[in-house]
Amino acid sequence: MFPRAVMEGSSSENTRSEKIEKMKKVQEKSAKKKRSKEEQEEEEQKDVEVFIFNNKVSEEEEEDGDLSDSEDSVFSGLEDSGSDSDEDDEEKEEDNDEGLKEEQKQAQQVDEEEEEEEEEEEGVTEEKEDEYKHDSSDEEDIRNTVGNIPMEWYKDFPHIGYDLDGKKIYKPIRNKDELDDFLDKMENPDYWRTVQDKQTGSDVVLSDEQVQLVKRLQMGQFGDVNFNEYQPQVEFFSQDVMLHPVTNRPADKRSFIPSLLEKEKVSKLVHAIKMGWIKPRRDDQDTRGRYYDLWASEDTSILAKHKMHLPAPKIRLPGHHESYNPPPEYMFTDEERALWEQQDPADRKFPFVPRSFSSLRHVPAFPRFIHERFERCLDLYLCPRQRKMRVNVNPEDLIPKLPKPKDLQPFPTTQSLVYRGHTGLVRSISVSPSGQWLASGSDDGSVRFWEVCSSRCMKTIQVGGPVKSVAWNPNPSVCLLAVALDSAVLILSPALADRQVVSSSERLLSSQQETELMEGASIVTWSDAEGEELNQGIRLKIQHPKAVQQVTWHAKGDYLASVMPDHSSHLQVLIHQVSRRRSQNPFRKNKGLVQSVSFHPVRPYFFVATQRSVRIYNLVKQEMTKKLQANSKWISSMAVHPAGDHVICGSYDCRLSWFDLDLSTKPYKMLRHHKKAVRGVAYHRLYPLFASASDDGSVIVCHGTVYNDLLQNPLIVPVKVLRGHVITHDLGVLDVTFHPTQPWVFSSGADATIRLFT
Amino acid sequence: MGGLQKKKFERGSATNYITRNKARKKLSLSLPDFRRLCILKGIYPHEPKHKKKVNKGSTAARTFYLLKDIRFLLHEPIVGKFRDYKVFVRKLKRAYGKTEWSAVERLRENKPTYKLDHIIKERYPSFIDALRDIDDALCMCFLFSTFARTGKCHVQTIQLCRRLTVEWMNYVIASRSLKKVFISIKGIYYQAEVMGQLITWLVPYQFSHDHPTDVDYRVMATFTEMYTTLQGFVNFRLYHSLNLIYPPKLDSKAESQLEDEGAYAMNSESYLEKLSALSSSLARVVSSAEEEEAELDQFPVEGEDIEKMEAREKEQQQQEVQKKIFVGLKFFLNRESPRESLAFVIRCFGGEVSWDKSVCIGSTYDVKDETITHQIVDRPSIEKQYINRYYIQPQWVYDCVNAKILLPVEDYFLGVTLPPHLSPFVEEKDGDYVPPEKLKIMALQRGEKPANDEEEEEEEEEEDDEDDEEEDNEDEEEEAEEKNLKKMEQQRSQGKSLQVKVTPGKVKVENPERLEQEEKAEEKRLAIMMMKKKEKYLYDKIMFGKKRKVREANKLAAKRKAHDDAEKSKKKKARK
Repeated sequence: MFPRAVMEGSSSENTRSEKIEKMKKVQEKSAKKKRSKEEQEEEEQKDVEVFIFNNKVSEEEEEDGDLSDSEDSVFSGLEDSGSDSDEDDEEKEEDNDEGLKEEQKQAQQVDEEEEEEEEEEEGVTEEKEDEYKHDSSDEEDIRNTVGNIPMEWYKDFPHIGYDLDGKKIYKPIRNKDELDDFLDKMENPDYWRTVQDKQTGSDVVLSDEQVQLVKRLQMGQFGDVNFNEYQPQVEFFSQDVMLHPVTNRPADKRSFIPSLLEKEKVSKLVHAIKMGWIKPRRDDQDTRGRYYDLWASEDTSILAKHKMHLPAPKIRLPGHHESYNPPPEYMFTDEERALWEQQDPADRKFPFVPRSFSSLRHVPAFPRFIHERFERCLDLYLCPRQRKMRVNVNPEDLIPKLPKPKDLQPFPTTQSLVYRGHTGLVRSISVSPSGQWLASGSDDGSVRFWEVCSSRCMKTIQVGGPVKSVAWNPNPSVCLLAVALDSAVLILSPALADRQVVSSSERLLSSQQETELMEGASIVTWSDAEGEELNQGIRLKIQHPKAVQQVTWHAKGDYLASVMPDHSSHLQVLIHQVSRRRSQNPFRKNKGLVQSVSFHPVRPYFFVATQRSVRIYNLVKQEMTKKLQANSKWISSMAVHPAGDHVICGSYDCRLSWFDLDLSTKPYKMLRHHKKAVRGVAYHRLYPLFASASDDGSVIVCHGTVYNDLLQNPLIVPVKVLRGHVITHDLGVLDVTFHPTQPWVFSSGADATIRLFT
Repeated sequence: MGGLQKKKFERGSATNYITRNKARKKLSLSLPDFRRLCILKGIYPHEPKHKKKVNKGSTAARTFYLLKDIRFLLHEPIVGKFRDYKVFVRKLKRAYGKTEWSAVERLRENKPTYKLDHIIKERYPSFIDALRDIDDALCMCFLFSTFARTGKCHVQTIQLCRRLTVEWMNYVIASRSLKKVFISIKGIYYQAEVMGQLITWLVPYQFSHDHPTDVDYRVMATFTEMYTTLQGFVNFRLYHSLNLIYPPKLDSKAESQLEDEGAYAMNSESYLEKLSALSSSLARVVSSAEEEEAELDQFPVEGEDIEKMEAREKEQQQQEVQKKIFVGLKFFLNRESPRESLAFVIRCFGGEVSWDKSVCIGSTYDVKDETITHQIVDRPSIEKQYINRYYIQPQWVYDCVNAKILLPVEDYFLGVTLPPHLSPFVEEKDGDYVPPEKLKIMALQRGEKPANDEEEEEEEEEEDDEDDEEEDNEDEEEEAEEKNLKKMEQQRSQGKSLQVKVTPGKVKVENPERLEQEEKAEEKRLAIMMMKKKEKYLYDKIMFGKKRKVREANKLAAKRKAHDDAEKSKKKKARK
């Protein structure tokens, strides 16, 4: 429809072009005949051509379509006549309309009239098209009557179809080969505008106008050169009420009578309003901005409701760090910055990096401003709130008020002597009851005797094995030393006293000769030393079945207890009577790994420290009287107060527990003074002092007064931390013991020295 | 064995708490609505002491609310409004779906709204309560008022926020209650004392915001909704307490002055613009002359002697003086300086301020005015300078306000490296690190004149050098001694070829004071050993905190020293 309208428009305006076109078409007719013949050949060549003249093919195809469209108006005689008659009809109608219109707008231009005509025409053509809507036969090329069929059906025939008179249309002779074609292409200046008509098979040379038309269509413009697509629009149906109606149509009846439909709608609305379904429009301005005195009457009754309410904490006020121009010390160094970047955002001290700007105009917007406000909002409604009581304690008040150490003198304060000579760690030391001699056993396999005051080594006895424990006989009338060594206990007589004392000790050792025979079948074997050993001073050898860890004397100096720690056996402790050369195993059951044992200084009690607890046995009644819970993991050592009512235990988990036997089985006091395992503890015999030695290399001397008044608890005050031992192989001080009469303390360490603190 | 078996979780703390989801179901609200309700009503979750008990034996992470709180919410009329709104949305959707445009319009007009007045009253039963919580409201309003009017929230909200903030600033100016200002990298902090409450708020710099995507603007908008209501009522009350007209009106004098400047803004907005210029005073209900400073009588508080009273009086007088530090000064703001902030601060302390006409509405005099005393410039240099005024950088104004005196202007001239800007909110206790600049300002406050810095520095340098030398000598001696001792020790320990030799000993001078100190220290150490476990823990914690503080202070001092040394050496090099 569109092309035809164009053609018509152009024909009405430009008769000259029509003439030219007609002439052209006559030419084409003749040309087509030729072409139809050539077509066959050309189709064969087509494949080649597609590659070579790609543009041209596309052009041809388009033009074909165009041509067929434009031509049908000319060549379809039927249509022409039909349209003519139509137009006549239209003219009549138009006259009517235009008569009216001319009255309306006399001043309208010719252009517009034409437009109207066109509109009119369109209306008519629509009518006509109803008839032929789906019939495309009117678009056929009438020069050839074969219709719209694939033309290759005529491939094998000399003709290409039939004209109106029923005569064959012969294919134009096509004898051009490629060379001719090429030559043609090179020589013929019209070659590029030559197209083949499929219907007639003839070549058609397009005229200049046609070429122009094709070009315009390609560019998406209107086919008609003279058509102005930007014509001013005439508001035909405008808002202004015209004097005359647009159409001549009489008014409908419905415009005179009230509408039922509307009535129904209105009644519905009325009903809805009546029922309150639709609310009338509120005259509602922005009420949000209207304020008044909200607190005009302060109601205290509401206040009571809010007792539980916690007001939100305020935001922390900014410090110097946040300034836009902070003092230089508040800026981050490179390390701090790296640290800041590494840290998790929650761990950072500041949520921002301090920055410095030389002047206010350089300060940029803070990128996380909205974030921070949002986080604050989240805090306000998502975080549980809690009232936190802040302790405001002066730390000085927390320190207990203790008597001054100065008032508790005497106690050892300085290191005064170092006893050097051992080459291995010194496991055990013991001071003679006179206080003149010090015996020490070491891992280098020797027992040394020192003079306390001069630090001279008086005697060295090689016992041939690491010495675990040494214990000096507490009886001042004899001079004997018990030494634990592997699975033997040796009794030495160092002969470091008066002749009288030495002889009395000899007597003690020899007196048992008779009794020895009586004790035959025993676990241990008592034997006298002979030869070289005797010369060295070893008198007795008590052979045990297992390794002996500790030896200890009863206060009277006749009984001797030895410890052989063993998980699985009840044979862990043995009590020997030296004067009678008798040994016995006091226990029938294994109650845990025995760590150390001790005799009660006065009464017939026996203390056995196992891993977790201390058991106290009455030796006379042969029963357990008490079991002390040490509250520590592993007891290492134990000491009994000279009065016998108090016990201290050191443990490998750094604690020292003080038991008051009168109070309870739980420690009266736990002292956590040491940083590492406690190895040894000791009481002073006369002074209210006790000391603990630990792997941290220190000996802590405490004052521990025990009152005779039962109501008063012991007073424990640490008075001195003594340092001197060097920590070797993670071992510090191994044993500690007090001088029997002076407030001096000896300590032996893993650094192969013994030190005296006075 | 008699009696019913007690069931678990039917009494005690399990019944006092309710999980969030249950609460939501109880209120039959969607989660966003529940959230909104909690925000508006100020309900926050509670952390139960025994989580497992409350959680009916499970250890899953849950949010708990107090059941009482949720019951309290049940009676809230706003819950009904939320439901109405839900219905409204449904109807609207339906109308849209059916393309019933008239129905859509009708529904739109009847969109359910709610008021928050009663909630404000309930949350803040007394005015002081409201003032106490106004910090967040102010921050939020100031933030929202800087938003661009693009889709992030309703334009009306932005306008309302702007209006409220301008009203607030005008109130602060009228009551002269601004105390401290701090320019931080985040924005500008202001602190005002209103009715005995310290109120701090943060104003972002005037830049367009880069809106983050991980922020829920619905939450922010709900908060703003509540805060604008609160802020409005607070403003109303505050204005009335000063006999000012609310909504604020400009003085008749000022109004006539500003009358001719209609070109800046549309009519509907121009009044707000004029108000936000902050350059003119507000109209009062009662004429201002009348209530000029009725002298307050002083009544001695019981148990207070005259001296104390006098001191108090003096302090009050001082405060009065501090409120007027800019009185009599005339400022002119260059166009690059932050106008609103500076105008606000200067007007708060009684100064007169103006700016170029093209910058903003409300300028009262222009650059050529001969009576201008200070011109605030934020560029390295300015071409045309008047002799009878100071050209200073904006930091001077803020520093003066914080120092409560007029600081010497020399440090703040154009092109001069500014002294550091310190936070006025930091109050150093003894033991804390105090930056030297603060010490200087404190000296100025006390009325001392700053000593000539450079001479001092030089002297110090010389002293330092001497000290160093002495120290070096001492060190060397000690080292030598130590070496000798070590040698001896080694020889002794080896026990070989011990050369018996008597060397003359040196008299060891014992310092009795030091000995005493040492003794005391040891006593303390021993006493600490005897502390109970609990107390020891507390003591250790306190001491750790103290030590950390000291460490930090030392670190800052060391950093400062290093910086100063570097500066000095640079200067020296420059001199050479």
